[in-house]
Amino acid sequence: MRVALFITCLADQFYAEAGVAAVRLLRALGVEVDFPEGQTCCGQPAFNAGYWDEARPLAKRTLEVFEEAEYVVLPSGSCASMVKNHYPELLPGNREALAMAEKTYELSQFLVRVLGVEKLGEGLKGRKVAYHHGCHALRELGVREEPLLLLQNAGAEVLPWEAWEECCGFGGLFSVKLPEVSLAMADRKLATLPEAEVLTSTDAGCLLHLSGRMGKKGLGLRVAPLATLLWEAYAG
Amino acid sequence: MRAKAKLYPKEAARLLREKPGVREAVTGATLHFERNRLKAYAEVPIEEWRERAKAVKDHVLTHLDHYLELAERRLRENGVQVHWAETPEDAHRVLREVVHRRGVKRAVKAKSMLTEELGVNPLLESLGVEVYETDLGEYLIQLLGEPPSHIVGPAIHLSLGEIQKLFHARFGTPLDASPEALAQVARRVLREAFLSAELGLSGANFLVAETGTLALMENEGNIRLSTSLPKVHVAFVGIEKLLPRFADLALFLPLTARAATGQRLATFVSLIQGPAREGEEGPEEVHVVLVDHGRTALLHDLEAWETLRCLRCGACLNACPVYRQTGGHPYGYVYSGPIGAVLDPGLLGLEEAYPLPYASTLCGACYEACPVKIPIPRLLLTWRHRAAEEGLTPSWEHGAMRAFRKVMESPALYRLFSKGLRGLPLPQDLLPLLRAWTEGRGPLRPSPKPFHELWKEVADGR
Ligand code: SF4
Repeated sequence: MRVALFITCLADQFYAEAGVAAVRLLRALGVEVDFPEGQTCCGQPAFNAGYWDEARPLAKRTLEVFEEAEYVVLPSGSCASMVKNHYPELLPGNREALAMAEKTYELSQFLVRVLGVEKLGEGLKGRKVAYHHGCHALRELGVREEPLLLLQNAGAEVLPWEAWEECCGFGGLFSVKLPEVSLAMADRKLATLPEAEVLTSTDAGCLLHLSGRMGKKGLGLRVAPLATLLWEAYAG
Repeated sequence: MRAKAKLYPKEAARLLREKPGVREAVTGATLHFERNRLKAYAEVPIEEWRERAKAVKDHVLTHLDHYLELAERRLRENGVQVHWAETPEDAHRVLREVVHRRGVKRAVKAKSMLTEELGVNPLLESLGVEVYETDLGEYLIQLLGEPPSHIVGPAIHLSLGEIQKLFHARFGTPLDASPEALAQVARRVLREAFLSAELGLSGANFLVAETGTLALMENEGNIRLSTSLPKVHVAFVGIEKLLPRFADLALFLPLTARAATGQRLATFVSLIQGPAREGEEGPEEVHVVLVDHGRTALLHDLEAWETLRCLRCGACLNACPVYRQTGGHPYGYVYSGPIGAVLDPGLLGLEEAYPLPYASTLCGACYEACPVKIPIPRLLLTWRHRAAEEGLTPSWEHGAMRAFRKVMESPALYRLFSKGLRGLPLPQDLLPLLRAWTEGRGPLRPSPKPFHELWKEVADGR
C-alpha cells in the first residue's frame, strides 16, 4: 500500500518532527510513503476567512499534486476536513475534488479505519495524556474514538477532561481577528486541564495556540502532535 | 432596537477587559443549560426528531404563502383580528391604534424577541404607556435599561450580587436577600401591573395554520396572565413561526423545551384560540400581527433561507464557546450568538452586520445542538464569502490573503518564505496579524528545519 503524506503548511513549519514521526510510523506498519513535491497549503485559511478566490487556486493545485496518490494522509484534522468536506463545495462539479475527498484521511483515522490497526505498541505505558479534540476532526470528520483507542492501547492514561471537546479558540484567522475572545477561550480550556505529562491533538493550529498560551501563563507542559505520540507508542 | 453589530470586535474585547464577571456568569449558566440539553436529548431518538422537525419546517417555509393564508382565515374564524406588518412601522401603527382607541395607560408584556426587534417598548413609552416586562429576567434588564443578553435567558449575564444591588436600590430589599425573596418583590410589583393593565403583549413560539392556534411556552406563568387578564391581547408573530398542523405541536413543543432548557416540556404551555366567548373570562380583543421585517427577502436567498427554521430556543448560544465568553451584548442586535451571526446579516443586511459572521471559530458545536439542524457553520462561511466578495473586509486582511495565496501557489516562493520564517524579515502585510498573535501567546517558534527539508533525510535513510 502506498500513501501520499500531506504534511500541511502549519505542521511543515512548526511541527516538522510530527511529519517525521508519521513517515516512520507508516513505514513501520508496512506502508510505502511518498511526499509529493510541490505541496504547500490546502487553502483552508483563505477559505474559512471568506476569500474563496484565493482558496480556489490552492485547492486546485493540491488536487494536481495528489492526483496520482492511492491514499492521502494528513497529520491534521482540520486540513483533512477541508479536503474531504469543503473542496467539493469550493469546486462544485469538480470530479477530482470528489475523488480526492474519497481517499483522504486524518492519520489516526487512516490507521484504524483503513489499516485496521488498533494497537501500535506499548511505548506510552503509564504516561498521563490530555487529549484535545480538534473541532473539525471531531465534528466534521467524526474522529472521536480513533486517537483515544490508539493512545490507550499503547498504555497511556488518557485523563478525564471536562472541556476536551470544547473549542480551544484557535480558529485560524479568528485567533488574530478576535484575539481577546480567542485567548479567553484558551484560558477557559486550560483552566480545566487535568494534571498531565503531555497535551496532544490532531491539529497543529490548536497546539500552537494552546502551547503559546501555556507559555505565557507559565504552565510548563509538554505539547506534542498526535503523530509524534503515536510514533512513541510504536517505538517506545 | 438599533443594531450596533459593527462594533462587535471592539465591544467583545472591551467587555472581556472591563466586566470579567459577565464571562463567569454566562459560562456558568450556559454550561448548566448545555448539560441539561445533552441529558434531555439522550432520552429520545433525537436524530429522528431533528430530522422530522427540519422536514416540517422546510415544508412550511417552502409553502409559506399557502400556510399564511390558511392561518389568516382560521384566525379570523376564531374571532382574532389579523394584521400584516412588513416593517416595524406597520407593526407600530397597529399598536398605536389600539392604545388610542382603548385609552391604554398600562401594558404588561411577555418575553418576546420579536417585540425587541420591533422596538415595541420605546414606542409604547413614547405614547405615554407604562410597560411592564413580566418575565423575571426580562424585567431585570428592563430595570437596568439593557437589551437581552440571551434569547431565552435575557439576564443570563447578571450575577446574583448584581440583582441584589439592583433591587436594593429600587425596592429597598436587603443586600443579601435570597433569590426567593427577590422574586417575591418582583411578583408583588408585577401582580399589581397585571391587574391594572389594559393591554397584554406577547410573541408566539408557534402559530398553527390548520387551527389558527397560537402556542406559547414559558416557565413562570406570566405569559398566561399577560394574555388573559387585560381586555386586549396583541401577539406579534414572525411569519416564519408557522406550523402546518395542530399535531405538529406534539413534536415541536417537547423538542423546543429540550433544546432550550433540557426540560421535557415547558412548565406552562398556552394554546390561544381567540378572544373570550360569551360567558368566558379572558380578553375581549385578540390581535395577531404577522411580521415580515426582512424575512421574505431572506426566504428568497437560496444560500441562506434555512436560517428561518430557527425556533429561537437558544441551544446554539449555550453550546457556543465564543458566546460563553461575552454573552449577547457585544453582538449588538437582538439575536446574538451563532444564530445571530447568520440571522442578523439576513435581517439587517450584511453591511450592517458585517463582523458577526466572523464571531465564530467554525467549531460546529452550534450545529450539533440545533434542534432543526440549521447548518450554521456553512451559513457563516457563506456570509464570510459574501463579505470578502463585497469588499467589506479590511484591506490589510485582503492584502494578507493575496500575499498568502501568492506564496502558497508557488513551491519555490513557499520555500523562500519558509527560510524567511527562520531569520529573514517578514512581509509587511503579515505584521498586524503577527502582532495580534504574539501578544497573548509569545513569539512563534518554527521547527529548526521544516519537514520538507527533513524529508530528504528521512527519505534517504530508509
Ligand atoms: S439556530 Fe437552532 S439552536 Fe439556535 S436558536 Fe435557532 S433553533 Fe435554536
